[in-house]
Amino acid sequence: MARFLAARLGKGLLVLLAIVVLNFFLIRLAPGDPALVMAGEAGAGDEVYVAQLRERFGLDRPLPVQLGLYLGHVLTLDLGYSVRQQMPVGRLILDRLPATLLLTGTAFLISLGLGVALGALAARRAGRWSDAAITGLALLFYATPLFWVSLMAILVFSVRLDWLPAFGFETVGGGYEGLARAADIARHLVLPSLTLGLFFMAVYVRMTRASMLEVGSLDFVKTARAKGLPEGVVQRRHVLRNALLPVVTLAGLQAGTLVGGAILTETVFAWPGIGRLMYEALLQRDYTLLLGVFVVSSAMVLLLNLLTDLIYRVVDPRIEVRA
Amino acid sequence: MIRLAAAGTALLLTLAGAVLAQTPKAGGVAQAPKAGGIAQVPKAGGIANAIIQPEPPGLMLGLLQNGPTQMVAGNIYEGLLRYSESLEPRPGLAESWEVGPDGRTYTFHLVRNATWHDGKPFTAEDVLFSVEFLKQTHPRARANMAKVASLTAPDPYTVVFTLSEPFGPFLGVFEVGSLPMIPKHLYAGTDYKTNPANTTPIGTGPFLFKEWKKGAYIRLVKNPAYHVAGRPYLDEIYWHVIPDAASRAVAFETGKVDILPGGSVENFDVPRLSQLKGACVTGKGWEFFGPHSWLWLNNRQGPTASKAFRQAVSYAIDRDFARDVIWNGLGKPAIGPISSSTRFFNPGLGRYAYDPAKAKALLKESGYKGETLRLLPVPYGETWQRWAEAVKQNLEDVGIRTEIVATDVAGWNQKTSDWDYDIAFTYLYQYGDPALGVARNYVSSQIAKGSPFNNVEGYANPAVDEAFAQAAAAVSPAERQALYDRAQTTLIEDAPVAWLLELQFPTITRCKVHDLVTTGIGVNDGFRDAWIER
Repeated sequence: MARFLAARLGKGLLVLLAIVVLNFFLIRLAPGDPALVMAGEAGAGDEVYVAQLRERFGLDRPLPVQLGLYLGHVLTLDLGYSVRQQMPVGRLILDRLPATLLLTGTAFLISLGLGVALGALAARRAGRWSDAAITGLALLFYATPLFWVSLMAILVFSVRLDWLPAFGFETVGGGYEGLARAADIARHLVLPSLTLGLFFMAVYVRMTRASMLEVGSLDFVKTARAKGLPEGVVQRRHVLRNALLPVVTLAGLQAGTLVGGAILTETVFAWPGIGRLMYEALLQRDYTLLLGVFVVSSAMVLLLNLLTDLIYRVVDPRIEVRA
Repeated sequence: MIRLAAAGTALLLTLAGAVLAQTPKAGGVAQAPKAGGIAQVPKAGGIANAIIQPEPPGLMLGLLQNGPTQMVAGNIYEGLLRYSESLEPRPGLAESWEVGPDGRTYTFHLVRNATWHDGKPFTAEDVLFSVEFLKQTHPRARANMAKVASLTAPDPYTVVFTLSEPFGPFLGVFEVGSLPMIPKHLYAGTDYKTNPANTTPIGTGPFLFKEWKKGAYIRLVKNPAYHVAGRPYLDEIYWHVIPDAASRAVAFETGKVDILPGGSVENFDVPRLSQLKGACVTGKGWEFFGPHSWLWLNNRQGPTASKAFRQAVSYAIDRDFARDVIWNGLGKPAIGPISSSTRFFNPGLGRYAYDPAKAKALLKESGYKGETLRLLPVPYGETWQRWAEAVKQNLEDVGIRTEIVATDVAGWNQKTSDWDYDIAFTYLYQYGDPALGVARNYVSSQIAKGSPFNNVEGYANPAVDEAFAQAAAAVSPAERQALYDRAQTTLIEDAPVAWLLELQFPTITRCKVHDLVTTGIGVNDGFRDAWIER
């Protein structure tokens, strides 16, 4: 086990390094640089101004030197300084991380919980109207573009019905403290986390249902029934547990998008998270910040993949972990 | 399967129906009573909720000159002067001023009770320091101050600028965005760019910087020690950061924000939002900037190097259609290089009305062989994209083939700075005077790669260079007018670019917000006089 972990972490570090180097060159293939963007925004700029900016961004040095400097920083866990935002990249990311984790985490729990529950229900009632309703709904959420769902949810629940706030993390200037603040944030969380969760929920529903129907026809299930176990126990302990493996795989993939995977939702709902930070950094060619987000989110993906492998073992003890 | 599809469609329709059925009631959310017209006594207190789009990179106005920074920081910092809608100078941190008869000495008398937000008094020393500071960091200030031979402070409340030669527009360069006053006691002897004060800006303005939750909002609070008695009226300003244009419109509809500065929402949302109950719209507050749009035509190469071809482009464009359909009736057709709100505009000089027949004739004369030209829209949202499509249609109607090139902001800056285009949209501010905001796009000394704010089209004409140079240094307005008329006439004949529209970016507010726009600089001049009816 310890050897497995050490080997995987070692590999992970190498992958991370490769990601940094690759991204470092990739983002420089995009036309323009941060100095031009800032001069552009100023609506005026002579050569002196652009040259000053390039120097501040460290863009006046040769590319390999820039890469070397950056790698050196990353290896000492320093993500650098965003000249544009006048703040260390690490702090910028840490400031935004809680909001993103809250949003994507909630969406993850909603989609996984509801998805598996509804999928199991649909499998038990296969062919009946409730099955049709659940799969129909799942298909709808699976097929509808996220931004459209977001905008419609805002129109219906905020603009028309005025039940829920349309955007933001909390009421600006509300001055709430403690529990009142938590309730306020929760209200703001409802729409974005639901819209974000619906797509994956639909996927889980379809996968759980199909997988359970398949497992349900296997011999060991017949045996369980034959020995007189109640149907609920058969479904839960024998069918569902064995049907969960593909769902865990998929959940692992979704978990990989927990950091930085919610750009669209964060933009539409003005949620102050990492996804927006990354998107804006891309448009502004804020290389240091962009690379910082890449490093953090790919590290997260690597860790979560490792975690998924460990969970496989818990769900199905026949699987051995090996490096 | 059919059953599933039917269920899905039904749900979609229900959802869409719920939205459509309620659309006519859109105005129901707004609650403000009607105001306007009747002069009312301002009331102190209240909180203003405004949109800031996009989120500014920082608020230190001496280091950053982009639009969002100016809009927020115009409340924190101040200039020596402000300007009326007709661009007449008004008192700011200078309460009075004199110009010497030779047009070379400018004396400013400063207000005596102004203090920085940390309590230190504002004096002539700060003015001297600010000019030195900005000459290093602010490209426009560097150009505006280039003719200043000496700057002295005979006493703590007087400063005297002496110019090496007369500079006609000089009295027009003292607004907060062009020459913001910077606290000497915090910046002298430091590295300006890394000074910690940059993140907690200290100015003399009506509002203090309080808090910035990145990605969410910026909060300013009233400056109780402001040097104008009784101002500001507002207790606080929240600038909300909402990255999606549709969500910004919703924020106004639902009453979460009361102020949408120009450019906050897509243009096609402007009519809908202005018709909400209790919503007021104004196009004022852009007179100083005079945003002027045109097509850069690459004068160096290809069909656009021919004068007849460029004139054909100018005749081919239907400006009234663009204004009425794409800009919702806001703005004016631009008839030449100088905007009608800028000094020395001459309404008698324009000539390019929509005339496809004439365009076709000129095209024939130019020897155009049907090459496909690259058309580069401004990457600032849907409106500009639609406009590029309309212009493409106009050009194809007369036989000019184009393809639209997609870019983002950084790519656009790169392509225009490197002259890598055939036809490119742009718009630039004029800053009230041809010498400040117009000449830079036509004089040959301003041809230089690496910036999208100079003579990008590559037009060079010694007669125009000379007229602009003489006009900037002339003292009498009549003399300047004659010279600018000469430059305008030549430019309109040569058509180095195709002028499109004088843009207007409407400010939409709830009518309960009064006196928000009181100068030619508009929302960027700070909320000093604004008050909310309660």
